[in-house]
Amino acid sequence: MASISEAEVRAEVRAWLKDNWNPDLPLLEWRSKLADSGWGMPQWPREWYGRGLSHALSRVVEEEFANVGAVGVARTGVRLLAAATLLEHGSDQQKKKFLRRILTGEDTWCQFFSEPGSGSDLAGATTRADLKGDFWIVNGQKVWTTSAHHADHGLLLARTDWDAPKHEGLSYFVIDVKQPGVDVQPLKQMNGHASFNQVFFTDAKVPQENLVGRVGEGWKVAMTTLAHERRGADGLAPPSRRGTRLGRTHAEERAETEKANQPYTWYPQRAGRVDLILDRARETGAGKDPYVRQEIARLMILSKSAEWTARRARAAQQQGRPQGPEGSLGKLAASHVARACARVHTLITGSAAMLTGRESPREGIIAEILVSVPAVSIAGGTDEIQRNIIAERVLELPKEPRFDTGPFRNVRKN
Amino acid sequence: MATADGYDPAVWRQLSDDLSLPGIHLPEQYGGAGFGFVELCIVEEELGRALLCAPYFSTAVMAANAILNAGSDEQKSRLLPALASGKRLATLAIAEDAGDWNPSRIQLVATPADGGYRLRGAKSYVVDGRVADLMIVAARVAGPREGVVALFAADGDSPGIKRRLLESMDATRKIARIEFDDARAELLGDFDGGASALSRTLDQAAIALANEMVGGAQKVFESAVDYAKLRVQFGRTIGSFQAIKHKCADMLLEVELAKSAAYYAAQAAAIDDPQWPALASLAKASASDAYLHTAADCIQIHGGIGFTWDNDTHLWFKRAKSSEVFLGQPSYHRELLMQRWGV
Repeated sequence: MASISEAEVRAEVRAWLKDNWNPDLPLLEWRSKLADSGWGMPQWPREWYGRGLSHALSRVVEEEFANVGAVGVARTGVRLLAAATLLEHGSDQQKKKFLRRILTGEDTWCQFFSEPGSGSDLAGATTRADLKGDFWIVNGQKVWTTSAHHADHGLLLARTDWDAPKHEGLSYFVIDVKQPGVDVQPLKQMNGHASFNQVFFTDAKVPQENLVGRVGEGWKVAMTTLAHERRGADGLAPPSRRGTRLGRTHAEERAETEKANQPYTWYPQRAGRVDLILDRARETGAGKDPYVRQEIARLMILSKSAEWTARRARAAQQQGRPQGPEGSLGKLAASHVARACARVHTLITGSAAMLTGRESPREGIIAEILVSVPAVSIAGGTDEIQRNIIAERVLELPKEPRFDTGPFRNVRKN
Repeated sequence: MATADGYDPAVWRQLSDDLSLPGIHLPEQYGGAGFGFVELCIVEEELGRALLCAPYFSTAVMAANAILNAGSDEQKSRLLPALASGKRLATLAIAEDAGDWNPSRIQLVATPADGGYRLRGAKSYVVDGRVADLMIVAARVAGPREGVVALFAADGDSPGIKRRLLESMDATRKIARIEFDDARAELLGDFDGGASALSRTLDQAAIALANEMVGGAQKVFESAVDYAKLRVQFGRTIGSFQAIKHKCADMLLEVELAKSAAYYAAQAAAIDDPQWPALASLAKASASDAYLHTAADCIQIHGGIGFTWDNDTHLWFKRAKSSEVFLGQPSYHRELLMQRWGV
């Protein structure tokens, strides 16, 4: 592995694709070949469905897949976060049981982290797991669970020791979602969509061998999951859309993606749809008003600067320079842009901003922007938490005094 | 700063002789260092950070670029080397008593006379106008090409020129009112290129100023964060309070966004991207707001001491204020941006 060259990898993957890729295979059959050959996740270790290649060489594999329009392993949802976490902390038995079916798409995963009582303060989880005989018995409630309604397994963070300090009393499990003790309910949002679930656990069972890492090490394991989530790109980019993609494998993959993306049609609106602003200003005539013009210009300046700031961060990364503070600002900047968009869309739209659905301009898109934007400054870390992170990690300002030390049992909770 | 000239000649000599900064962006054939507009903006950012008091913006950014954009080859060869070497100081006079930076509002008249031109009228808000040896003047032509705006060069001490130092709130940037009473001047280049050369020069100046402003904003931001780590109240450093932390995080965001705009516009201008004049307005508006907000927040985080003359923050605050309106307020540039984007 150490000495393998780009040309060798290219030749090898080309030959393998020539012998194996067939767009008319059932998706599961094709993905089984990917998992067993290691070409589906070339950066994973050889013993676990990979080929132990560097990130750079994995890109070569990706290019060759794109060149022939070959479908890759399943990537939807949180499955690759689960895989990354298991690769790092899981037992061999867990890796054997779960990893292959993650890649083939046979199993779907979800993440049971957030709770009604612990949003920003994730480590304050109060869902409990108590060991009784060979099983951990789980009771409590999780929320904001994407895909729980069709997931097979969940990544569960639960409290196993109430006398330990907050971060030291948590453990990490893989829980079977399809069991009587797990009740999945859709959570209706203020914009009318129900993209997430709330999940109630009543004496749900987790076999002892599904504990990931050691008892009390749940926070450390969860940090691995979250680090991969923040990094966003786990391994390779999504498969290329090149080629005709008319085969059976392609069709099955498309259906899988559509199903996974269905709850998120409102995500572009959540970001504010800055792309519509200038057109809307022209079509409504609002762009003639001097005040509206000033507000549009303010928004466009903010949006463009945010885009260029992200580009600076990427450039630094690509050139191997240490990233400056610009790398930590993306989420907060996006939140400012979204809110400014909602304000300006309202200015442009005027009274019609009172309408929704088909009555609302652009077939309801404008109304959907106005009622979706409030999510941006909350989801994935509120603006206030982002500011704390920037202030403490980038600017090195001192932390606030804490009130959640000592045994968790005694810490004030919701 | 404390003198009428507004700069230290010894520092200016060092900056010119040792670092060749006044001509950093000028081609070597005109005595420059042969770098480009991006390098000029890097220098500007550092000068803004240091709050250097020197006739740099007037000479290198405004006048030298005006000559480069408008002048004939002969004029560039004759006028630029002395600016590049820092031996002559120069400026560009645009705004008049109304304080308007839009070239369409120029009223000062240039009338053809004895093979050259005579200038009549007044300019104001002329940076380093009192010390400039060479004045580039934007004027409206009388006679055969009635109404056309063009650029003219006049010697600062020629008869018919009267200069008065204005009392400026920002002591680090000296401005003057200049009366032209039939003062002799030469036309830079020709009539056809005058208006576009002026517009180009103004846009370049806006971008250079934006870079200067983000340098200053970075400096006051750092000063605020440093103070937040030092100052103790209620038994804690004030930087441990979220009210202060969040303000600092917001300042960082605004400064970084303004930097991105200033850097992007500098690069766009350097490669003559068709979008660059619009981006000049974008960068100017962004940096103006960011600098002023950051300077005001820096004073706020310092509390009472920040409002005193003993603390230097007021110097940056005043530079932020003068930069905010110099070359056009943010609202003027936001409107210009919309027009340039065709909205």
